[in-house]
Amino acid sequence: MTQYMLSVHHVEGEPLPEGEDMQRMFRQVDAFNQKAMDAGIWVFGGGLEDMSATTTVDGTGAEPIITDGPFAESKEWMGGFWVLEAPDLDAALKLAVEASAACEGRVQVRPFQAV
Amino acid sequence: MSEPSEIERIFREEYGRVVASLIRRFGDIDLAEDAASEALLAAVERWPVDGVPPNPGGWLTTTAARRGIDKLRRESHRDAKQQQAAMIVDPTPHEPTGLVEDDRLRLIFVCCHPALAPEARVALTLRLLGGLTVPEIAAAFFVSEATMGQRITRAKKKIAAAKIPYRVPSAQDLPSRLAGVLAVLYLVFNEGYLATSGPTPVRVDLTSEAIRLCRVLRSLLPTEPEVAGLLALMLLTDARRTARFADGVLVPLMDQDRAAWDGSEIAEGLSLVRECLAVNRPGVYQIQAAVNAVHSTARTGADTDWSQIAALYAQLFSISPTPVVALNRAVAVSELDGPAVGLAEVDRLHLPTYHAWHATRAELLRRLGRYDESRSAYDSALALIDNDAERAYLTRRRDEL
Repeated sequence: MTQYMLSVHHVEGEPLPEGEDMQRMFRQVDAFNQKAMDAGIWVFGGGLEDMSATTTVDGTGAEPIITDGPFAESKEWMGGFWVLEAPDLDAALKLAVEASAACEGRVQVRPFQAV
Repeated sequence: MSEPSEIERIFREEYGRVVASLIRRFGDIDLAEDAASEALLAAVERWPVDGVPPNPGGWLTTTAARRGIDKLRRESHRDAKQQQAAMIVDPTPHEPTGLVEDDRLRLIFVCCHPALAPEARVALTLRLLGGLTVPEIAAAFFVSEATMGQRITRAKKKIAAAKIPYRVPSAQDLPSRLAGVLAVLYLVFNEGYLATSGPTPVRVDLTSEAIRLCRVLRSLLPTEPEVAGLLALMLLTDARRTARFADGVLVPLMDQDRAAWDGSEIAEGLSLVRECLAVNRPGVYQIQAAVNAVHSTARTGADTDWSQIAALYAQLFSISPTPVVALNRAVAVSELDGPAVGLAEVDRLHLPTYHAWHATRAELLRRLGRYDESRSAYDSALALIDNDAERAYLTRRRDEL
């Protein structure tokens, strides 16, 4: 089994679900999460606070540098992600289709390096 | 018989089978390719002395497998477990999917996987199944060897890192995945047949390779009518290859010398179209093949059954509603109902970035006697064209006005 990160990506300016739409999206995501747990492929997952809550840390120098905001200014931002186990890319892509439909956003699939 | 060129030919013919079987065995594309090249060297050494073995493909596979195992033994950085796994003969059990299992079939679905970039799918398919070298593929697509090498390397890395499975898709996923494979083969064919750029109007190496790979696919999936449809489409189109140019100038279908068409390719194409009709599961390639069958059976251009062609394009539009299909239907309509009706339909489509749209308008405006507008439509088409033979044809048509 390989671990894949399924990350949800948004583009600045795109409307996000609100009110009843948001509740529906949450229910869909809960159902997807439960299904992944029941299938024994769940590793981790969750939604992220929005970009304004981001801090960037550079500990590569003598003194750490702490900066408000993301590493790179970008119109695209990650709203949350899952880490799930799948036997191969086809299986991971199938999960991503379900995940994308559940969270109503575009999902990027990326394998973790083999340990 | 065992001339170097003959050995090269056999190797090229068997390459896909050899490499596909080694990839299943070793789970490593690079190792499979290296082992296959070593087997070629061995063949070049041995066959001129011993003669070509009765089953050259089997000989190459066995020799390559032995070289691959030797290489794994030499490489100390591979852990023992992996070495052992690779040395088990046929480690992958044949899955009872109900489909014909062939390593080449698994491989073609890997090469044409939707998670790979489209240009990488084409390159990988030609490299691993077609046995073309990286310099050959680079030359075919007018990119540097370094660029093509990188493209292929990157795709192979992704296959390994993202774990694209070495497997024929399930029956449920097969139609959509097969469409992806057929699109790659048709792209290779068209790149050869229409040669978007460069001085050579047709690149026979690419058209014949696409036909050869489609034949392989057909032997692996004999009951899929779209595979037969694509093969028929390519054969019927390719049959007109030599009649399509005169002194470097494109000759349009209606003006071609039909006696110069390849009779055996047409016969095979027509028989495949009949086979598809009997199966009665139409698809985009089968319908396009049927259109070409109508052209192929008309004794002269004037005998063309345009009503049948218009009906086929209407059917095609109902499953594939693209502007290009609509343009083709409009061309058939203008042959049936006259240039005024055809032009109205063409104008409605409005495809200003597509050279064929301008060229079609130019032709219809000419027939309507609207020469100034026709001339400017030819100019617009010429501004968008890369193929020299087509440019020469359109320039001549414009200058005849």
